[in-house]
Amino acid sequence: MDFLRPASWEEALAAKAEHPTAVPIAGGTDVMVEINFDHRRPEYLMDLNRVADLTEWEVGEDTVRLGASVPYTRIMEHLRAELPGLALASHTVASPQIRNRGGVGGNLGTASPAGDAHPALLAAGAEVEAASVRGSRRIPIDAFYTGVKRNALAPDELIRAVHIRKADGPQQFSKVGTRNAMVIAVCAFGLALHPAARTVRTGIGSAAPTPVRAAGAEEFLNAALDEGGLWDNGRTVPPSVAERFAELCAAACDPIDDVRGTADYRRHAVGVMARRTLAWTWESYRGTRRTTEGAA
Amino acid sequence: MRVRLTVNGRPQEADDVWEGESLLYVLRERLGLPGSKNACEQGECGSCTVRLDGALVCACLVAAGQAEGREVVTVEGLADFARRRSRAARDGARDGEEAPHATGTPLDAARRWSAHGTQEPDETQGPGGAGSRTAGEAELAPVQQAFIDAGAVQCGFCTPGLLVAADELLEHHPDPSDADIREALSGNLCRCTGYEKIMDAVRLAAVRQSEETRP
Repeated sequence: MDFLRPASWEEALAAKAEHPTAVPIAGGTDVMVEINFDHRRPEYLMDLNRVADLTEWEVGEDTVRLGASVPYTRIMEHLRAELPGLALASHTVASPQIRNRGGVGGNLGTASPAGDAHPALLAAGAEVEAASVRGSRRIPIDAFYTGVKRNALAPDELIRAVHIRKADGPQQFSKVGTRNAMVIAVCAFGLALHPAARTVRTGIGSAAPTPVRAAGAEEFLNAALDEGGLWDNGRTVPPSVAERFAELCAAACDPIDDVRGTADYRRHAVGVMARRTLAWTWESYRGTRRTTEGAA
Repeated sequence: MRVRLTVNGRPQEADDVWEGESLLYVLRERLGLPGSKNACEQGECGSCTVRLDGALVCACLVAAGQAEGREVVTVEGLADFARRRSRAARDGARDGEEAPHATGTPLDAARRWSAHGTQEPDETQGPGGAGSRTAGEAELAPVQQAFIDAGAVQCGFCTPGLLVAADELLEHHPDPSDADIREALSGNLCRCTGYEKIMDAVRLAAVRQSEETRP
């Protein structure tokens, strides 16, 4: 095994081009487990900790450009207002020790269906900035996950940053596990209201071969909110609408039975989380509306 | 490969390090610092918890090469680390400037480390001053003394990781709620299930720390 230590992003790209089998390591919370357990013996291990700008973030007008190695701890501390869904998801990652090292770039690189960041990214709307010596491109998050632990990166590409849409409405994240810490999600659900576009977006984790959106459920809820004039009149979502939304979210799952839970349980739990997160976000939206109107 | 790093304030060098080796392995097997424990090797148990450039991390998940040029604090250096921190805070409060840079516990002293003061805990409370130290006998960090006094150690395997994690909590959170303590220690498993005594110990350390810093 060779240990590569690029001191800059350009050096990292050059090294990855020269050694496409090189495994990038940043927080190490996935890669080191595989090496410690002899599940992986990469020819080259490439340390990205020396590439300082990977741990930086920038809040723009519409999006946050989040460096691939920004630790979850920083997201929780500094980006709760801009990225509430991702901040909530970050807080459910493992333990303080892991959150100090792990970041979204690693979650995307590993592309496990159980990665905690994925539902939040899908719900918020995001693009992955991938780069190689050939140039840089933005991969829409919906097109990024291509299979179980597979993603759209080319062998010579590295993840530099994620561009995540800043929240323009309430967001929620919910995760099922046996305790609050150190849990790989049995299943997870992210929901974001986008009042400006009058749409909702969802993200489902650990209940299909890849993280997925519940497209049918989003379409149904968008139409129901629109027909009822709910974005304007701020009424509560009718129980029948919430129930149907939950069913459609459950139907968007394609889960398996495994040690953490059965497929049936996952479908059921995703439905429950969909209904609850809808209630939480919609109540919060109505609250903001009332405050805005009162102030006007 | 060769890895150079600072451990407990002292420059260290390890040779013939395998590229896939963890920082934990380097500390235990190459530098003779077995305080950080090796259990799950997957970040689940927290028994290998150390500080890496100040951040609380699992040493089993840091590749040795990633620690090149970095500063590591292990449980062996915790007493010294805590003493320097409290001295820096006192000096800082007095002079309004940073304390001189740490030089750390000498490795041989750390190796002879023993838990003195178990008979007379009162004598070892508080910083005590460096002058009261005898050669090769390091004083305990406040969290270490509190773990002893509260009976928070059973088999002891999880204790080093818990000490480093609890010390980091009290560094940032001098007056933690029970929820804060539980969250801060959520990455450390005690399979003797001695969690209540551990909670007591951290509360005790917090109280002593606040009494000490009160003007």
